[in-house]
This record gives sequence, C-alpha cells and structure tokens, in this order.
Amino acid sequence: MKLTTTLLATTALSVAAGAVAAQEMTIVSWGGAYSKSQLKAYHEPYTEKTGVTIINDDSSAEAVAKLRAMNEAGNVTWDVVDVVAADAIRLCDEGLAMEIDPDTMLAPAPDGTSAAEDFGDLLVSDCYIPQIVYSTTVGYRTDMVGDTPPTDICAVFDLEAYPGKRSLEKRPINNMEWALLCDGVAKDAVYDVLGTPEGQDQALAKLDTIKDSVIWWSAGADTPQLLADGEVVMGSTYNGRLFSVIEEQKQPVAMLWDAQVFDLDGWIIPTGLSEERQKAALDYIMFATDTQRLADQAKYISYGPARASSAPLVGKHAELGIDMAPHMPTDPENAKNTFLYNYEFWADYRDDIDAKFQAWLAK
Amino acid sequence: MSDTTDTGPVLAADGTPLKRSLNRALRRQKMRALMLIAPLLLFVLLSFILPIGKMLTRSVQNDIVADTLPLTVVELNAWDSDSGDLPGENVYAAFVSDMVVAIEDKKHTRLGTRLNYESTGMSSLFRKSGRKIKKLDPATDGPFKDTLIEISEGWGKVETWREIKTHSVRTTNGYFLNAIDMRRTPEGAQAQPEDKRVLIKLFGRTLWMSLIITGSCILLAYPVAWILANLPMRTSNMLMILVLLPFWTSLLVRTSAWKVLLQQQGVINEILVWLGMIDDANRLVMINNQTGTIIAMTHILLPFMILPMYSVMQTIQPTYLRAAKSMGATNWTAFWRVYFPQSIPGIGAGSILVFILSIGYYITPEIVGGTKGVFISNRIAYHISYSLNWGLAAALGAILLAVVLLLYWCYDKIVGIDNVKLG
Repeated sequence: MKLTTTLLATTALSVAAGAVAAQEMTIVSWGGAYSKSQLKAYHEPYTEKTGVTIINDDSSAEAVAKLRAMNEAGNVTWDVVDVVAADAIRLCDEGLAMEIDPDTMLAPAPDGTSAAEDFGDLLVSDCYIPQIVYSTTVGYRTDMVGDTPPTDICAVFDLEAYPGKRSLEKRPINNMEWALLCDGVAKDAVYDVLGTPEGQDQALAKLDTIKDSVIWWSAGADTPQLLADGEVVMGSTYNGRLFSVIEEQKQPVAMLWDAQVFDLDGWIIPTGLSEERQKAALDYIMFATDTQRLADQAKYISYGPARASSAPLVGKHAELGIDMAPHMPTDPENAKNTFLYNYEFWADYRDDIDAKFQAWLAK
Repeated sequence: MSDTTDTGPVLAADGTPLKRSLNRALRRQKMRALMLIAPLLLFVLLSFILPIGKMLTRSVQNDIVADTLPLTVVELNAWDSDSGDLPGENVYAAFVSDMVVAIEDKKHTRLGTRLNYESTGMSSLFRKSGRKIKKLDPATDGPFKDTLIEISEGWGKVETWREIKTHSVRTTNGYFLNAIDMRRTPEGAQAQPEDKRVLIKLFGRTLWMSLIITGSCILLAYPVAWILANLPMRTSNMLMILVLLPFWTSLLVRTSAWKVLLQQQGVINEILVWLGMIDDANRLVMINNQTGTIIAMTHILLPFMILPMYSVMQTIQPTYLRAAKSMGATNWTAFWRVYFPQSIPGIGAGSILVFILSIGYYITPEIVGGTKGVFISNRIAYHISYSLNWGLAAALGAILLAVVLLLYWCYDKIVGIDNVKLG
C-alpha cells in the first residue's frame, strides 16, 4: 500500500516536472560580471515577457568538449550556449551547433535593415549569432611606468623602457601577431608571414626576447589580479576586465588600446534538441539579440554591441552612472589602431602553432 | 580399518557424495557473496571500467575517413602515393560523390578538423570547398579533376591525397605516434619536426616532479605522523584536526593561497625584504615555475602521506623501542633498526597514493606551474577541451596509465605489495 502511494507520488511528480521543463531553459555562459550583464539585459526581461524560467550554467569555458560529450551520449541538456567565435566555428564544423538563417531567425533592426546586414562582417560562421565585440588589449600600472606611459603595443617587448614582469596569455593567439607587428611586419602581412614556418620562428624569436619576464596566464581574471597586486607592470587581458579594475576597483591602471585585437562573443544553439526546445531556443535568440537588448547589455559591462544599429543606443553604466561609449573597444578614440583576429587562419593553424608554442614554452 | 569405507566416496547424510554436497554449499555461499557485492561491481563496471575502456579505444579508432569518404578510400587504394603523380579522375569522381553525401550530413567539416590535426590547412580546405562542391552533381558535372583543382588548389597537391590515404585506415597507430612526438606518414613512422616535440619531455617532467613531490611528502610527513602516533590521544586528536583542516579545504582555495604567499609582491617576499634578508630588487621567484608546483602540490598531497603513516605507526609497540634501548642500543640504532622497518608499510602506502595522485594532477600545475612546472595532464586537458583531438588525449592517457601500472609492478617486485598497509 505504502509502496503504491510512493510510486504514484513519484510518477505524479515526474509528470509535473516534465510539464515544468517546457517552461524552463538552460543557458550556458561565462559566469561572473558577464553572466550578470546577460541576466539583467536579456534573461530578466525575457522571463517577464514569456514566463519562461532561465537556468544559468557557467560552463562556457568547457562548452566545446561538454557539447561533444552530450551529443555523443544523445542527451543535450543545454538550450542556448554562449561561446567565442573560434569555438563557434569549431562547433559548427563538428556539426554540434545548428545553422542559423539570420534573415528568418533574427530580428531586423528598428529601421527595417535586415539582420544579416545589421551584423555585417561579424557573422563569421553559419551557426553563430554574435552579441558583443570585445577586445584583448594591454593594461599597465600607471605608477610603475615612470613619466612616459606606454603608447604602443611594442612597449610589451621593450624591457629597457619598461622593466618588470608582464603577463601574456598561455597560448599563441594574439601573442604571435603582436610579436610580428613589433618585429617590423606590416599589419596586413601578419597572417601571411605567420602562415610560414619562418614567420612562426620569427614570432617566437621575438617572444624569446621577453620570455624570462613573462607570467603566462590562462584565466581571464589573472592579469587584473596581477596588476592589482603590482606583480606585473603590464599585461594582456579582455577590455571588460580592465574596465572593472580601473573604474570599479579604482586601481592605478590604464589601458593601452593600441593594436587591440577584436574578437566576438555570442550564441549558438546546439544540434540534437527536440523540436519544441529548438523552437523555444530560437524564440529566445530572436528576443535577446535584437537592437535594444544588445544595447542594454552595454549598461552593465564595457563590451560593444555586435549590431551596427545598437551603437547609438549605448547609454550610461547602470550603477556607476558613467558614460559607456568611451569605454567601448569600438569607440573611435580607442579603435585608432586595431587588429582583426583572423578566424579562418586560426581554425587551420591553431593545432600546429599551438604545438610549436608549447614546445617553445617548455624549452 | 574396514575395507568397506575405501570402496565408495564419503557420503553426506542425504546420500550424495560429501564432496559434491560441500561444493554445492560453498557455491551457494559464493553466489550470496556475489549478490552482495553485485551493486558495487555493477557500479564500478558502468561508471569506471566501461567509460575508461571506451575512452581508451578512441586512441586507435579512426573510422571517420573511411566512413565519410567510402568510395574515395577504395579508389585511393589503387593509387601509388609514391609516384609523385596526382590520382586519376576516378578518385576525383569518387571524392565528389562522397563529399555531396557528406555535405548533406554536415560531416565534411568534421573530417577536415580530423585531418587538420595531421596537416595544417585541411580544415579550411574542406570547409571552403564544401560550399562549392555542394552545387555539383556527381552524375552529370564530370569530369571533376580540373573542377576541383579550380575550386581550391589544395586538391591539386599530391600531399593532400597522400594525407587522406595515410589516415584512411580504421585502426590507426597515428595517435600513439603523435603522443610520443612522432607521426604517421606514408613512409611509416617518423619523428615530429624538432620545434613541435614537447610531449616526451612533459612525460619525463611529470614523472620526475611527481617523484620529487613524493619524496618531499615523505620527509615532511614522517615526523608529523610520528608525533601524532606518540602523543597522548587528546593532544594527538587536536593535532590531527590541523592535518585534516587543509584536507577539507577546497583545492582551488589552497592553490590560490600559495599564489598570495609565494608571488614576488607576496607575503613571504615582503617579510624577507622587510627583514633585510633579500634586496628589494632581487625578490625570490618562487611561483610560476617548478618550485611553485612542488611546494603547492606537496602541501596539497601531504595528508595522503600522513594518514597511512600515522595509522601504521600507531600499531608499532613502544615497548619494542624500550626493549632495544634496554639492551644497549643508542636512540638512533633503536629507531633505525627497530622502529623504521616497522613503519615502512605506511611509507609504501603513502608513496603510492601521493605518486599516483600527483602524476595525474592538473589544476595546481596549471595555476602555479608557469611554463616549466606544467604536467602532461595539462596537455591532455588541452586536447580534450580545446583542440577536441580526443584520439590524442586518449593515447596520452593510455600511456600515462601504462606507466603507472608498470611502476606499480616494479614496486611490487622491489618492495612487495603485501608490504603496503593502510593501518
């Protein structure tokens, strides 16, 4: 008797859970301030509008591997996933992300411009809906550089003018490009040179000149921490991280926008979702990547919206009340000398150059 | 003794031979024991052996080329890859037929990624060509050789086809070769170019540093375990909490704490500078190198050494030491000849635990290891999470597992595994 009741109760519960599941959605992102900005700008308004509960999962750092494992197990539990562009290309190649037709699946701009045109060149993969433009750039301690603060990227390689440790990411991307730029290679020739073994050696040789003074980071929070501790004089990281060190924590740090490398962060929808869940995911994407929503995100974090039509709508920081436009990597004052990350190139050369880079590091 | 009993087997009370009856009873007992451990056995099988086995088979599994390009692979078999000539139209035609199907299923880019691990440029070659090959009709649009070469000059390179042919086998040794800094080529196994060799070095470093970590754990843990085992219960329980407290603290917190302590603007350097023991300009570099990894990992793994040592030392009778001394042994002789041999099983158990744990460590070397203090597991993690080259990750993991088993075997031969006690 008791057993029957328990069985009945559990069945009822699981049926109820099934019904609730339709109203729930798991969205994967990076956590921290970034997830918070998405919660405020996208999730909360979406829940208010549709009643769908959004569950946050901070797993973006391992998203590619986890999605593959889920896909192989035939049980994809994520509905929408936030990844950087390079990962999106890899997921799309592996057939783990669904293809998106920007004109039917994304909202047009308020003036009627089609989504494909509004996002423009930033639609770097068939499966990718970009949200923000961020940049990897260098920050430096204003109190450790003397009277001549650095103005260009080659200060990173100049141990005489700026002695002390610097922090760089423990992977070849960005470092190799900067090394070549500072070794006299012209900006438009960088990837041609980097595609040759001699060019790779040249970049590593340039990095060799500062190797002993570099602390290699692997988490985005490392450089801000090292700068705050005075452990390094300068270091590369994402511009949003530097913004919070400078404006929120008021540390004596300034940004060297020179040769900042633009990159994208955005959404993919995994393949292998049920029709119903896919529809729900697409509905969310349609809502969360429209012009107003993308502009809203910039109130909470200093990354530039990926739509051209969102740029004029960027306002003030929601808590600090400062004007956000000058802190955007895309602001004309900051974007005087920028460097565009070449996705095709790195999709091909990532494994090869990474093996060389790691061998060089271990030497 | 009468001869009647010798003629037949001994019978049980019910008339069956005693041997069979006993066997039956024993079997029933065994079955019951098996039933009792069945849940655990099933759990271990399903959650441990099966997934590990499945992962390990990836290190040789290579179905993707033959599955995605079935017709091409057959045609390529007849092509002499050493001739220096491009394959004939039959290969190109088969390739287009295969690709049209593969593009439909979105599999061609996966194949491109797979081949890109071996030869840079394959990824974009397949991705870009896919968009154009999609529009071709294998039945009517031939001949394809020139069409394909026009789509991308990559298809006009002998290298491309040699690469496809080399990796078209269903069971490959390619991943294992990659894992030991070699690669599979049409001419057999060859060494990687020198500037890409890093994995053997990392294997060696992982083993060497794990040994150092195990050694420093022994040195630090022995006196602590000795004090714990010889103090009165009340005090030793108090001290035991001090050993266990870090054990219960999150790994990441402890590793980050070492960062705060060891970095150049960190607590230790600040104190040394303040005391005037080192110059402000010459602060010690204790982190982001091997020293950092050894210090942090020794600290983290120390409880795994102390606990087995402690439980073994507790069983050593203090009367033995007193007896040795009463017969004229010095303190040192009494310790070295009487106490130490009895504590060896604890050292053995602790060493195996610490060594095996540290050989697979990943997060601590990643955070405090810099460039010289990272382990092979950091590369495995890279291939699992970023490059998605799970075949290579599986091969690296298989080698690591083999090395551990080999060392375990050596340990058994030299020290004897019976000589290991956890208490």
